[in-house]
Amino acid sequence: MNRLIAILLMVPGLALASGPGVQLDRAPVNLHDKLSLQRGAQIFVNHCLNCHAASAMRYSRLQDLGLTEAQIRENLMFTTDKVGDPMTTTLAAKDGKNWFGVMPPDLSLIARSRGPDWLYTYMRGFYRDPAAKSGWNNTVFPNVGMPHVLWEYQGTVVHQATEKGAPRLVVDQPGRLAPAEYDQYVGDLVNYLAYMGEPARVQRVQIGIVVMFFLAIFFVIALMLKKEYWKDVR
Amino acid sequence: MAVLNKPPVTGAGPFNGILTWFDQRFPLVALYKSQVAEYYAPKNMNVWYFFGSLALLVLVIQIVSGIFLTMNYKPSAEHAFASVEYIMRDVPGGWIIRYVHSTGASAFFILVYLHMARGLMYGSYRKPRELTWIFGVLIYLCLMAEAFFGYLLPWGQMSFWGAQVIINLFATIPIIGEDLSVWIRGDYNVSDATLNRFFALHVVAIPMALLGLVVAHLMALHETGSNNPDGVEIYENLNPKTGTPVDGIPFHPYYTVKDLVGVAVFLIVFCAIVFFAPEMGGYFLEYNNFVPADPLTTPAHIAPVWYFTPFYAMLRAVPSFFNMQVWGVLVMGGAVMILFALPWLDRGKVKSIRYRGPIYKGFFAAFVVSFIVLGYLGVEPTNVWGEFPKAVPMIGGDYVATWVARVLTAVYFAFFLLMPWYTAADQEKPVPSRVTW
Repeated sequence: MNRLIAILLMVPGLALASGPGVQLDRAPVNLHDKLSLQRGAQIFVNHCLNCHAASAMRYSRLQDLGLTEAQIRENLMFTTDKVGDPMTTTLAAKDGKNWFGVMPPDLSLIARSRGPDWLYTYMRGFYRDPAAKSGWNNTVFPNVGMPHVLWEYQGTVVHQATEKGAPRLVVDQPGRLAPAEYDQYVGDLVNYLAYMGEPARVQRVQIGIVVMFFLAIFFVIALMLKKEYWKDVR
Repeated sequence: MAVLNKPPVTGAGPFNGILTWFDQRFPLVALYKSQVAEYYAPKNMNVWYFFGSLALLVLVIQIVSGIFLTMNYKPSAEHAFASVEYIMRDVPGGWIIRYVHSTGASAFFILVYLHMARGLMYGSYRKPRELTWIFGVLIYLCLMAEAFFGYLLPWGQMSFWGAQVIINLFATIPIIGEDLSVWIRGDYNVSDATLNRFFALHVVAIPMALLGLVVAHLMALHETGSNNPDGVEIYENLNPKTGTPVDGIPFHPYYTVKDLVGVAVFLIVFCAIVFFAPEMGGYFLEYNNFVPADPLTTPAHIAPVWYFTPFYAMLRAVPSFFNMQVWGVLVMGGAVMILFALPWLDRGKVKSIRYRGPIYKGFFAAFVVSFIVLGYLGVEPTNVWGEFPKAVPMIGGDYVATWVARVLTAVYFAFFLLMPWYTAADQEKPVPSRVTW
């Protein structure tokens, strides 16, 4: 136990998984863009939910994005037939560990722990690496267990050395989307993940503005009351 | 049997009858007069005097929001993390309650630190208010325990590993340490048993102690009367006709309406954080705490929440001697415990910093700077400012931040331990006989 403390207290913070040196791109998050969120939800249930769960998120909550229950049922539900159910995965933890080395993490809160910029850069940071188990490696998360699930959309990407020494990612074989389209595709997905991390966020800010307005009036009244009472003190 | 012979209550209109009934069975009027309507407070209390009443407001906010959280939270290692997200998503208004409670924790410490700084500046801990100060330090200790126990409850990675680090501090105590830490955890590791007992301590034991101490703090304060920015005792200058302090005004209505303005300003800041930035850039809600606790994955950088970081920086700065880690723990504990001795360390003749000499002001400024910079260093990894070049004798290769923290820890203790000498030697200014504006 003493040794554990020694490690925790004396050893400086080891490099984070993202590595401090990686430059993160700014994710185009706009929680008011319902079409982008709907596209993102579709990408999420089609490509992520096979292995990752989002167990804090109920399908019915997707009504926040302007969808009806029937639309959710028909287009977005593959793992259950009850719209009030959470987004779980059928992947067993044992299989996940066998296939990827770790069970793919629950993504309900991934945008809050990693941040949208990290996710946006990560999903655009995969490249071919014959040495990696899955055949894919990642600039943001080196030696990640996850393969490049969206490779059909982005195409195959390779690491190319440049004169300055900093490697660069180059599309080797084009995918179904042009590079700019792929960025938007990932942007929609990350936008959805950001929404899913805190579904009440838009409402929170709206209520907050009303609260501020109310408190401003309260402040003025309290100040006038104080001035009136304190007139005879000075 | 006592006779119901108190005079009837007047001036409350239709409530005179019921209040008279109460007053003849309970010291209603006497309490109201002695504690509120005829409790005389100095008329020159400035902005620094808002934080006490605001801390009381936050205590109420924490208790009320905490009760509602408890209705939906599940204190078990299996369900705790998910139940917090259930509150955030499925409980109507749950996210407001949770953010109010998490923001309230940090707000409580901000207010208490400002309140303590006020006490230091104006000498509110000096005779005759030593007990008010001591009750206050006990409140601060309870608050730290409350925050520590509460932080485990969301069962995120920082909850788990933060608790792991703090409990392991007790394991550094020679001989009994290991057994003591197992006794605290109720297990060999932070586990379901630990979470359950921390929940009990967080929602029952510590809040009860806190409430009792707050009452004692206020009773002691109202016994001696409030201090003020001049450190002049207003009860030494009474109006011969009324027998009330010349420089005093009744707490109600003057300070109730004034505190109401403080409440408005505080709530504007508080609600701005709750509604627009509840994470406060990772300082109020740490990003890593949105990852469920995983005993098998140690986070790369474990930082306590900001309000503990000055003491955490001291802990990290102290090297191990004789192959024992306990020294850092002793320094950290001593940094808090030394506050109890403060009323007897100060040998100055004046209370307020307004009439102190330059030596005290210098020590006080150094103390404030050291506390703030230590707080910053406690958030960051120790390599934040890099290393000394290898060529530097003695300290070459050591982390710069570690040595800065060592120097600042020494400054922090010097403020207290040298106080008997430098306050006695200082060139103080004459104190006026009446309060000034």
